[in-house]
Amino acid sequence: MIRKYSVLVSLAVLAVVMLVPFAIVTLNAVRSPADYSANGPLSLPDGLYLDGIIDFWNRVDFGGKLWNSLLISGSVAVLAVVLSVFNAYALGIGRVRGRTWILVVFLVANTLPQEALVYPLYYLSKEVGLYDTRLGVIIIFTVVQSAFGTYLLSSVLGRFPHEILEAAALDGAGKWRALWRVVVPISRPTLSVLLIFFFIWTWNEFFLPLVFLISNENQTVPVALGVLQGDKMMDATMSSASALLGILPAVVFFLIFQRTLTRGVTVGAIK
Amino acid sequence: MAVHAPAARPKAARRPEPRPRRRTGGYWVFLLPSAVLFAAVILVPFLMNVGISFTRWQGIGDPRWLGLDNYTRLFADARFWTSFRNNAALIVAMAIVPTIIGLVLAATLFDYVGKKFGPRTASVLRAAYYLPQVLPVAIAGIVWGWIMHPRFGVLNEFLALFGMEPRGWLGDPDWALPSVMLIMVWFQIGYPVVIFMAGLQRVDPALYEAAEMDGASWARRFWHITIPQIRPEIYVVLLTCTIAALKVFGPIFVLTRGGPGGATLVPSYFSYQNFFEKANVGYGAAIATVLTLVIIVVTVLFLRVQDGEDGDS
Repeated sequence: MIRKYSVLVSLAVLAVVMLVPFAIVTLNAVRSPADYSANGPLSLPDGLYLDGIIDFWNRVDFGGKLWNSLLISGSVAVLAVVLSVFNAYALGIGRVRGRTWILVVFLVANTLPQEALVYPLYYLSKEVGLYDTRLGVIIIFTVVQSAFGTYLLSSVLGRFPHEILEAAALDGAGKWRALWRVVVPISRPTLSVLLIFFFIWTWNEFFLPLVFLISNENQTVPVALGVLQGDKMMDATMSSASALLGILPAVVFFLIFQRTLTRGVTVGAIK
Repeated sequence: MAVHAPAARPKAARRPEPRPRRRTGGYWVFLLPSAVLFAAVILVPFLMNVGISFTRWQGIGDPRWLGLDNYTRLFADARFWTSFRNNAALIVAMAIVPTIIGLVLAATLFDYVGKKFGPRTASVLRAAYYLPQVLPVAIAGIVWGWIMHPRFGVLNEFLALFGMEPRGWLGDPDWALPSVMLIMVWFQIGYPVVIFMAGLQRVDPALYEAAEMDGASWARRFWHITIPQIRPEIYVVLLTCTIAALKVFGPIFVLTRGGPGGATLVPSYFSYQNFFEKANVGYGAAIATVLTLVIIVVTVLFLRVQDGEDGDS
């Protein structure tokens, strides 16, 4: 009996340790600076003080950063899924010649470190006027994410029931119609998992957006908050406000997408 | 950083042709958009980067051909070796430790908590361990940068309750790397827990029941059933986390910028510095090229070992 509960208690303690950083950030984001200097960071705050968060929100134009992140991540998610579907249609269903090698290329592209692409991309994007634009970042991440998507979807579509495609062909559907009317609707569950993954992965990206989005009005949430680290204006409560604003969207997405995500995180492992 | 979900190995390649091809051909058209975009965003930049690594270039003007000079300089550069040594430490923190802890947690949650307290308790605990994983890694860095702040950090305040001395943590050359490692363990644990628990779902319950009837202890079941049964998941997690550790940039940028005195320098930040702070583009490109090679070698080794194991069983 004691042993039974001691296991549970130690697991629960670990869970609390994992969650403490979230709690402590939240506590101090809603604490007034006066309360902070009087009572320190560990006590419960005197009351709900939201001015710090509002202040920080306005100072960094957080609404604008959220919009940039949403726009970039949303566009990349949709475009990368479309691109992945095209590729996987050709590789998994069309079985074009040399598909094994093409898949290897996508796999290698997926493992390449962005450091090995960043300077030429920086240089080329300046040449074509895409540097420091959201469009430039959208194009780059569409390609990066679709490398993984192609790889995953090709193996899924490789097992697509051919009878259905043949039936569609008998009905006179060409390849283009078969793709949109048959393959896409039937693969919808996998595609929605991919869509969410691409959205969140792009939201979480830091390195390339840091390099490419230098002007304030183009920056994403992680970049805007990341470059403020160590800034002189960041006192204790302001820092926790910034951390909380970074945490909130991620947690909201997690709650919204939780079911799809926990199903999806295992998508590859089960196959 | 995004830890990518483990990819399925391309099964398509091994699968026999389902039936004689009909109405094939013409599908390659669908590859065209990707072909153009991949050439522009990945292939050409990658080859340019390799090319640049053989030159001296400041980002403007004409690059000057150096041959292998950047590489010989690199292999004699103590900072380069430091960066890879720190990378090894981060592989421990991001791949090895989370895998071990994740195995124990997943097995306990699945084989003990799930059975004795119900699957809801197990999934609530799993969600708690997974929560850090949903953060952008740069944001995780911001959270911990604040907690470990030398002046107003919570950690020092907390340790003071036990009469412990305040430390500089991320600013202390001796403590910076262990601090970053700790943060990354916190960040990573949820990923193996979720993957391993999913893997355990497909293990035949009869195996556990039979072992229990034979009086096998939890430890023996863990060692002889859990680990062998979810070996594929263990490989996937080790590989993806090792690659993520080799590429790590966000937390280092946010927390330490490679400092103090190179104590937390990693190859990706080292190349970033050379590209964008020192305008040593050729040298930065050489670092990035070496990092690429290391990642490819690690991946190939992993896949080799995995295939070998598959063949044995």
